[in-house]
Amino acid sequence: MTLLVDLVLVLVGAVGTAVVLQREATAQALVLAEFGLAFTVLALVLQAPDVALSLFLVGSTVVPLLVLVAVSKRQESNQQEAQK
Amino acid sequence: MSTRTRLVVFAVGALVLAVAYVAAADLLPGFGATSHPYGSRAVNAAVNHRTPNSISSVSFDQRGFDTLGEEFILVLSVVGTMLLLREAPGEEEEDAGSGDDTGDDGAGGQGRPPGASPPDAVRLAGYLMLPLTCLVGGYLVAHGHLSPGGGFQGGVALATGVHLLYLAGDYQALDRFRTLPPFEVAEAVGAGGFVAVGAAALLVGAAFLSNVLPKGTWLALVSAGTVPVLNVAAGVAVVSGLMVLLGEFLEQTLVVREEEGSP
Repeated sequence: MTLLVDLVLVLVGAVGTAVVLQREATAQALVLAEFGLAFTVLALVLQAPDVALSLFLVGSTVVPLLVLVAVSKRQESNQQEAQK
Repeated sequence: MSTRTRLVVFAVGALVLAVAYVAAADLLPGFGATSHPYGSRAVNAAVNHRTPNSISSVSFDQRGFDTLGEEFILVLSVVGTMLLLREAPGEEEEDAGSGDDTGDDGAGGQGRPPGASPPDAVRLAGYLMLPLTCLVGGYLVAHGHLSPGGGFQGGVALATGVHLLYLAGDYQALDRFRTLPPFEVAEAVGAGGFVAVGAAALLVGAAFLSNVLPKGTWLALVSAGTVPVLNVAAGVAVVSGLMVLLGEFLEQTLVVREEEGSP
């Protein structure tokens, strides 16, 4: 049990680092969703299903979706600037 | 304030915080310890109020006031987003009739970039998951006092489910669905309902947000007093809050174009 918790903690750290190392914003939003998923697994192995649900829904769907939409708006504005 | 002064102020603050935090955390039960004084008291109180999901009992019964604060954090962030993303001068919403900017490929993707109709497999997955996700969301809200879940989780699931329409490429359907029910009003009703349930306890002489309703039988769908009522109120507020929030964001990318004579 403790070994499992340790492994998942390392996983969360690794995916979190991957989010920071990914510099391309669209891909970063997708890695951010993976980070939410890793966090969900951590809450599950710590026997906190309510927290796991919140982390899964907010961390791996809503927040990455908001980031994706904001990034695509930014890129669109940049393209319009470039066309002028 | 110079950079140097700011660094000194930060260092002092960080040092005090670190010392106080370590001193406070040192008094907590150890990670994975078997004895949890607060935990066992909270579970006892939950069982007394016939709430099998003791997490819900803590959130909506024993510490309902904290949850009220959380709910209003969400409401305020939605209001802030609406304020920031309101139609600015120099922007105009395209009217639905002028579909001149898209290579319309039959997907009805008004405002979508040309050729962005999603693959069939993605659209099928979107349509299949939509009713399932909404069902799970409704279940989570309704059974929040019995099993893991509750108004917040269920509300997010419901709002996410509706946005699978966007994944399926059916932005027009999403737009119709979004504008039909007045989500701004529903959010106020949900958040206000939470306060009203809390204030109703004052009428019978109990404290604000205390669990005054009959507790019913253990594990029944209608039991645990005010907990399921507050779950539904929070669920309504969260669904409509997220619909408004995601809607404002999507509207920015898909509908609002900068007002300029683009060829």
